[in-house]
Amino acid sequence: MPGMTLTEKILAAHAGRERVVPGEFVLAKVDLVLGNDVTAPIAIREFESIGVDTVFAKDRIALVQSHYVPNKDIKSAEQAKVMREFARRHQIDLFWEVGRAGVDHAILPQEGLVVPGDAVVGADSHTCTYGALGCFSTGIGSTDLAAAMATGECWLMVPKTLRFVLTGQRRPYVSGKDIILYIIGMIGVDGALYRSMEYTGSAVADLEMHDRFTIANMAIEAGAKNGVFAADAKTRAYCDGRAKREPVYLEADADAEYEKVYEIDVSQIGLQVAFPHLPENARPVGEARGIRIDQVFIGSCTNGWIEDLRVAAEILRGRQVHGDVRAIVIPPTREIYQQALREGLLEVFVEAGAAVGPPTCGPCLGGHMGVLAAGEKAVATSNRNFVGRMGHKDSAVYLAGPAVAAASAVAGEIASPEDL
Amino acid sequence: MAGRAHKYGDHIDTDIIIAARYLVTADADELAQHCMEDGDAEFAKRVRPGDYIVAGENFGCGSSREHAPIAIKASGIACVVAKSFARIFCRNSINIGLPILICPEAVDGTAMGDELEVALAAGRVRNVTRDREFQAQPFPAFMLEIVEAGGLIPFTRARLQKAGARE
Ligand code: SF4
Repeated sequence: MPGMTLTEKILAAHAGRERVVPGEFVLAKVDLVLGNDVTAPIAIREFESIGVDTVFAKDRIALVQSHYVPNKDIKSAEQAKVMREFARRHQIDLFWEVGRAGVDHAILPQEGLVVPGDAVVGADSHTCTYGALGCFSTGIGSTDLAAAMATGECWLMVPKTLRFVLTGQRRPYVSGKDIILYIIGMIGVDGALYRSMEYTGSAVADLEMHDRFTIANMAIEAGAKNGVFAADAKTRAYCDGRAKREPVYLEADADAEYEKVYEIDVSQIGLQVAFPHLPENARPVGEARGIRIDQVFIGSCTNGWIEDLRVAAEILRGRQVHGDVRAIVIPPTREIYQQALREGLLEVFVEAGAAVGPPTCGPCLGGHMGVLAAGEKAVATSNRNFVGRMGHKDSAVYLAGPAVAAASAVAGEIASPEDL
Repeated sequence: MAGRAHKYGDHIDTDIIIAARYLVTADADELAQHCMEDGDAEFAKRVRPGDYIVAGENFGCGSSREHAPIAIKASGIACVVAKSFARIFCRNSINIGLPILICPEAVDGTAMGDELEVALAAGRVRNVTRDREFQAQPFPAFMLEIVEAGGLIPFTRARLQKAGARE
């Protein structure tokens, strides 16, 4: 019998099984359940129709005001109210009021609420972000969320696993974003449909936690169920003093079975830009050079980490945002906001002429605080460039990492830092 | 029981299944009246309880709206047979109690209006009109339980009512 992949091991542990194999259905116990201001209100209605008085555990349900923070209109205020009142009624510990709220997938890891070895489900497709910590995490629907809030369980199909072996030295400025855009460009937006994407190889040790979060975050952009990195020294350092529960460190068996193995030499990857309207349209930045833009957004659950803000600030320091460009910088959590404040990064952004917003998803989904008009083009450090994602259906989004985004803000057209 | 096949191609997205302009209602019967409207305006008039939708690859792609399988189920469709399903549509279908089967051969071997019989647990699709039988992957017992309960919410309610299910 072959060994198990990392995802199979975590799922087996949560299904109370010795082993699981791809294609099998399991009812897994989950360590944390997530809902946000868009998905939780629907789930709450469904939860109430189940007819239970209490949630399965009030310290294992996170309800995060992420998307429209502070509320942008009456509808979003009503949604937030439904969630707030549910949280109060059930004395849910993991609810943050505006001021402490922010982007769900940045808050949960930062607060140590997801730890290595966990199984986590959330009614948001980018719940797969936490795979960076060596846990299984995936997006579910609102009905799933309702049932999981009642039982602490979720049905899952054990996915087949694709293995990505990363080797080589990264080039300057090349971040997790460039690596994942390159991979999605290679395998396509359905290249990992239903699959798990497991990352390994000598180059993984060089990837910082924020790079891993970015890579795991975009697993869904290749159609995958989850993306996962086995915990290593960097993961342990990240969890030290942060983890609210005892981590369980697991790794794939040496004889685990993979559906396919991809070998990628990261030294071959340059800065990437994904052209409209699919993340798989990734190309070297050189091919995008000179495209005039109207807006730059630096933030989101993909690239709003403090390290990303540092890269952007380094490029913007002593320079000015181009006169024809609106640059919007949004730290996704209060902690990142404060850290950026202390390091003087926010000052650099404001000095350069960028607008700095409070923690929210905001423009990432065309929600508020930077919505595009017809015909406008934006460079965004977020994860989706679908038709109309950031506003009007005739607007266009180019996805990139923080270095290209900041350089483009200065140049007024898509550029790499070396062009400045 | 036999039903007629309503046959469609690849990549039928959730906007075709139920257009965004109808999302203002959560009423299943109202949704059913507009099911498939932008792809097959006659569907709602033609469909009878016990019929089948037969489609190509990636059925249910696009937005994750649960209204899509709800509209199909409320139309009386007994099962959707496709070459493949989008991941979230697949989850949502099971969760709201709409049976689905993956069977590329049955899709290729069926034309619009053919009479079909589907045995879910066995994963068998019989084309009565052409007298041919196709074998899909059997519907997993676990999923059958959820679908037979009427979806994940009734399934969960029943489980929690059993003493000790919640420990
Ligand atoms: S930042 Fe964007 S991708 Fe991330 S959770 Fe918010 S809306 Fe979704």
